[in-house]
Amino acid sequence: MLKEKDKIFSNLYGFKDRSINSVISRGQWDDTAKFIKNGSSWIIEEIKNSGLRGRGGAGFPTGLKWSFMPKPNPTKPSYLVINADESEPGTCKDREILRHEPHTLIEGCLIAGFAMGAHVAYIYVRGEYVREREALQIAIDEAYSKGFLGTNAAKSGWKFDIFVHHGAGAYICGEETALLESLEGKKGMPRMKPPFPAMAGLYGCPTTVNNVESIAVVPTILRRGASWFSKFGRSNNTGTKLFCLSGHIEKPCVVEEEMSIPLKELIEKYGGGVIGGWDNLKAVIPGGSSVPLIPAKICNDAIMDFDWLRENQSGLGTGAVIVMNSSTDIVKAIWRLSKFYNHESCGQCTPCREGTGWMMRVMKRLISGDAKLEDIDNLLQITKQVEGHTICALGDAAAWPIQGLFRHFRSEVEDRIKNKVSPKIAAE
Amino acid sequence: MLRRIDKDQPETFAFTKSNLSWAKKQISKYPKDRQQSAVIPLLYRAQEQEGWISKPAIEFIAKMLKMAPIRVYEVASFYFMFHLSPVGKKAHIQVCGTTPCMLRGSEKLIEICKQKISKNQKEPCSKGNLSWEEVECIGACSNSPVVQIGSDYYEDLSEESFSNLLDNLIEGHPEPGSQKKRFSSEPEGFLNSTKVKIEENKNASVRLFLETSIRKKTKKLMSER
Repeated sequence: MLKEKDKIFSNLYGFKDRSINSVISRGQWDDTAKFIKNGSSWIIEEIKNSGLRGRGGAGFPTGLKWSFMPKPNPTKPSYLVINADESEPGTCKDREILRHEPHTLIEGCLIAGFAMGAHVAYIYVRGEYVREREALQIAIDEAYSKGFLGTNAAKSGWKFDIFVHHGAGAYICGEETALLESLEGKKGMPRMKPPFPAMAGLYGCPTTVNNVESIAVVPTILRRGASWFSKFGRSNNTGTKLFCLSGHIEKPCVVEEEMSIPLKELIEKYGGGVIGGWDNLKAVIPGGSSVPLIPAKICNDAIMDFDWLRENQSGLGTGAVIVMNSSTDIVKAIWRLSKFYNHESCGQCTPCREGTGWMMRVMKRLISGDAKLEDIDNLLQITKQVEGHTICALGDAAAWPIQGLFRHFRSEVEDRIKNKVSPKIAAE
Repeated sequence: MLRRIDKDQPETFAFTKSNLSWAKKQISKYPKDRQQSAVIPLLYRAQEQEGWISKPAIEFIAKMLKMAPIRVYEVASFYFMFHLSPVGKKAHIQVCGTTPCMLRGSEKLIEICKQKISKNQKEPCSKGNLSWEEVECIGACSNSPVVQIGSDYYEDLSEESFSNLLDNLIEGHPEPGSQKKRFSSEPEGFLNSTKVKIEENKNASVRLFLETSIRKKTKKLMSER
């Protein structure tokens, strides 16, 4: 169990005084100028050594991503863009950072911005998070008034500005190139890659897009050392991580824990256990709606990290654990995700625009069992035709939950068609 | 998803004086000649001012940002938070219906909306003061089920607390946050079992709600004098 002193987000729930003086007294904004004086290659090397992998879902090594940025060019400024468009169903961790620990993010922006040669950061907050955006803006204003941002940010000699931007309710804007389109004032439709944002991103300039949590952990990693961070979790899956627990558990919550923590421990220690007990568990979606579910028998041994979950045909995603107990109508639960992806498809690629609708409609028929047995194979074929045939990963994300359902619960769906079982309510 | 502007449109639109100066400040966040970046914040402020996005508002903002009106319309119709027709004057209730909330009872909340407000989504009730809509995940899954009203989240709802919330909305503006007395997203009962000293009386979102409503009340009192 992660000790209190090893938590990066010591005020995650906002109990402690949130004013800047208090934040400073807890150790934030300490030695920031020193890290910057150590130089950008030192910072990037430390982050690489810490083993930090992006916390937004894909798990790409953060230090490596920064190293892709070209050398500063006076005619083409570099940008750091923070992806705070947290919209993956099940995920609600960045919300807590934005409203209760904003200075971890702001200090992280300065350090990361310097490391990649950027003088400006834009933080793209999802439109629904109005209060969270206000809380973040207050913290940024405080940072300016203390001289931590501006012409000589934190007395480092580096000029750095942060601007808060917001979206207006489009899941797709969490995809990094759609986010950049949106930030430029357009519809949030993903761009073809290459060119990658590090070459041509915001306004055609070199840009790195990072998740809130990935940047917010950076100051603490530098203060306590890469080796401190990398001692948590299994190799290649290091560090601490915010997990969001939701669904059929006694005490849903957001919690910071060590990577590679057993799923069962996470649910029982923090979530108060599955409603009706561990034996009442049916399945868990371990990383937000885009990853395939894992059934109860795999949950017994499941370890919450990138590699273990990938080896078991699922994923860590954003660390959003959605628990479903035996009262769940599992077909309906996955149908609701299909409805979500159909609603959120931007409409740019035909396989996704049309395919998400087909998937949703066939799933709907399967809820009531009002379908033919062949429909299952047809549905799986549609998922295969969408997967990998779109510009961004939304098509894949729509396909995987359905594939996961049939990988583990095919016989249950077939029984439903054979017996035309009437559906249960998905709620507890 | 195809969305169109409303049949009944007002004649004109203009930002209030304070919103106009706010809008100019937004534009200054972006590099020279990149004022188009401000389109979403400006549209949202127009919606906060009028309750929805009208055609004159789209044209006003297009002119302000030197954009073709169709480009602004394109944005307004792409992003789901923009209402292209009027919603409830007092409140528009956005019930999250995605799986994490559904597992914890959002379908029952939707039933209550159908009974108490209107059978159909986005259709203001007979008195015109309330409307509702099922929205996709609003990102507060550890406090589900959740509804959003204006800038605020009402969390940890039950059928009973949601029903009361709707009744109280007519009279005033009930306090947002957890309706089960959780502080924020900690495990329920965490505060009783820990030695953590509580230095703040509310979480950041609720405190900002309270500060805003105090400001509004003072402003109203001042103007009445």
